[in-house]
This record gives sequence, structure tokens and C-alpha cells, in this order.
Amino acid sequence: MELSPRRVGDVIVLRPAGRIDHLNADDFRSSIEPQLAACTGAGPALLFDLSGLEYISSAGLRVLMVAAKTAKPRGGRIAVAAPQPLVAEVLDISRFNLVFPVHASLDEGLRALRAA
Amino acid sequence: MRIRFWGTRGSLPIALTAPEVEAKVAAALLAADGRRFADLAAARAFAATLPFHVARTFGGHSSCVEIELHAPDTGSHDYILCDLGSGVRPFGGAVLARHGATTPNTFHVFMSHVHWDHIMGFPLFTPAYIPGNLIRIYGCHGELEAAFRAQHGAPSFPVDFSQLGARIEFVSLSPDVPVTIAGLEVLPKLQIHAGDSYGYRFAHGGKVFVYSTDSEHKLDDPELTDGFIDFFRDADLVVFDAMYSFADAISVKEDWGHSSNVVGVELCQLANAKRLALFHHEPIHDDRRLADIEAETRRFEEITRVDAAPLEVFAAYDGLEVTL
Repeated sequence: MELSPRRVGDVIVLRPAGRIDHLNADDFRSSIEPQLAACTGAGPALLFDLSGLEYISSAGLRVLMVAAKTAKPRGGRIAVAAPQPLVAEVLDISRFNLVFPVHASLDEGLRALRAA
Repeated sequence: MRIRFWGTRGSLPIALTAPEVEAKVAAALLAADGRRFADLAAARAFAATLPFHVARTFGGHSSCVEIELHAPDTGSHDYILCDLGSGVRPFGGAVLARHGATTPNTFHVFMSHVHWDHIMGFPLFTPAYIPGNLIRIYGCHGELEAAFRAQHGAPSFPVDFSQLGARIEFVSLSPDVPVTIAGLEVLPKLQIHAGDSYGYRFAHGGKVFVYSTDSEHKLDDPELTDGFIDFFRDADLVVFDAMYSFADAISVKEDWGHSSNVVGVELCQLANAKRLALFHHEPIHDDRRLADIEAETRRFEEITRVDAAPLEVFAAYDGLEVTL
């Protein structure tokens, strides 16, 4: 899965696009592995720019949760930002936004990760 | 086929408290806004227009669901149940009210597992004390009979299992091996839960009913997910363990053996199921909270439907009947 990684200061921004569901969630997981490995207290934070994402299923959300659980003990920081309205609604209904940092815009996400 | 919910609460039975009932009455009076009602029937007709969480309750009995293939009359009848949570006590009362104590009946019971909330109603299931009745308890757990005997006697209960008047048989089933029982085609399926649990796919007369409670969905193995999609395939109704929010189920409550409304909708959509009943409600959720979850789940179904046919979503409640 193409995630178009780009570095913004000490944050790596990943931009998944289209749909992530149970059929391609494993591709999504594989695609974030290199950046996740580098996501430590000393390394860059990870910010998922969701502005190009039309849909994410529970399997996709689980990949994000597992990534956060992997990074956190190492001091790594992960957040998501700029979800489209329907994806934002999915994050809300699933209560994902209560257990995972969700920022309304990319700038807000970058500011939060830099300030952390 | 008709499905009747006698117990829908997860883990532990609950009851409305006095302050909760008072709050409902106060909300109803406020909604009445000075109306006058000629009689009780008129008042009840008005109550029926109020939101569910104001005028009614989802109820507090633990898991017990009845499958009715043919409407019973006062003669002997073959009853079919899933699980023997506290909901089986009012079920037993209804049976006695219909038949009296002298008409022998047969009860076929399919057990998801033998955790306490799923067997706790049996010691207070009156038909078990009446000679002439036959109770067949089906399940895939090797310790099925031992679990029932253990709770039914000292020091947990004053009456020993051996004193029960009904004939009680335990019948071992195997996952993925279809059987025909009481006219129903039955397929058990292994589910993820502490000590294992089993879902059941029932088919009769062209209708399919799936009972799948106390089941965690890990979502990390596409083969497991596909297995449940097949299990739910084209079902007319899926009863689904929606105890937790999705976020809780994959974070703080991971490995607690339960699932969420979100995963229920997704699996049913992928399986082309027609109806989804949210089930095994979290005991700490009050009626307002469950009504909100039901509304959110319907919205989730709507925004994730894409080209699929609509999936009817509802939160099951004690006393609900659904005709398939």
C-alpha cells in the first residue's frame, strides 16, 4: 500500500488513501512496518494523514492500535489527523477517538506531536 | 421461525433501581405536557409513542433466547432455547402458565458455554423440578454436565441436582459437524472466549438464525474472519455479542472474550445478513446508553453500507419477539 511518507521536522507523515478494510488491512500493516520500527523516543513520531482515506474498517483501526501499542513502550508517538467527515464519524462511533490521539487537521496533529 | 428474547444482559443480571424508575416516570410526565387520559389504555397508547428508554427498558436478565418453530398450544411441546441465564426463570413461568404442571414438555437447550451468567438460571427453572419433563442440554464442552451439577447443590444451592424431577440429558456436539435436532439443522462453531465458546447456526423452513454470543473477534487473521462471514452468510437474524465499544475491545478489554457493535455490523454486511441483534449488553449501561448505542450502530451501518442491501440493526431487549 502506497503511503507517500514525508518528513516534516521530527515527524513522519503517512498518507493512506482510498479504503482500508479486512481485505487489505494486512498490506496496510506491512506498509507501516519500516516507519514503525523507527518510531521510538529518539526517532521521529508518526502522523497518519487521513485526508485521502474514504473508509477504514475495524481491521484497519486495529492495525493503528497495534502500532501504537508497539511504539508506546519504546517512547514512540503515533497520532492520526484530518479524517474526512465519514471517517471521523467511524472514529467517534467506534470510540477510537477516546483511546487514540485524533486531530482535526494535519497542522494540529503536527503541533501536538512536536509539543509532546 | 420466531425468536423470543428472555435474557439479553451480559455477565451479570441487573434490575432498574428506584431512582431510575422515578427518572423514567418524570420524563414521561414531562412529555405528557398536561395531557389527560380517559383510561389506562389511552395512557398506554401515549406511552407507546415515547422513546424506548423513557417508557420501557432493555431489561436485565442474563442470556436466554427461545427459538419457536411452531406456536405452542396447551398440549405437550418441544421448546428450543439458547443458554440458561437468568432469563430462563420467566421462560419457565410462561411455560407453566400455558401448560400447567402436569403436561410433559421437552426442552432442547443449546449452550454457548458454561460461564456462570449462562447457566445461573437453571436452578430456578421450575420445569426442571417436574417429573415427566425432558430436558436435553446440548454443547461442545467436555465439562458441560459437571458445570451444571457443580452449581446445583451445597454449598451454592439448597437443592441437589440429583433431586430434580425432570429427566435431564447432556448431549455432546462437535464444532463444524452439522446435526438435526427437533427439526432444526444445527451447526456449532468454535469462538474465541476464555475456556472457549460456541456459536450456533440454526436453519429451518428456509430461514437461518445465528446465535453468536461471548465471542471475541481478533481481526488479525483473515481466515478466522472469513470463517465467521461464512457462518453468518445470508442469515435472517444474527444475535451478536456487542458488549464493548470497538475501541475498548481492542485496547483495555482485549482478550476479555467479547466483541463490539462495529464488528457485528461489518461481519453481517460482509455476510449479507438481514438483521443484526446487539446482545449481551454491558451491565453498567443504562437504557439511555443502550438506546444511544443502538442509534449509533444504525448510523454506522448506514455510512458503511456502500452498495449492499440495508442491514436492519436493533438492540435486543428482554421480551422482544422477532419473526423471521
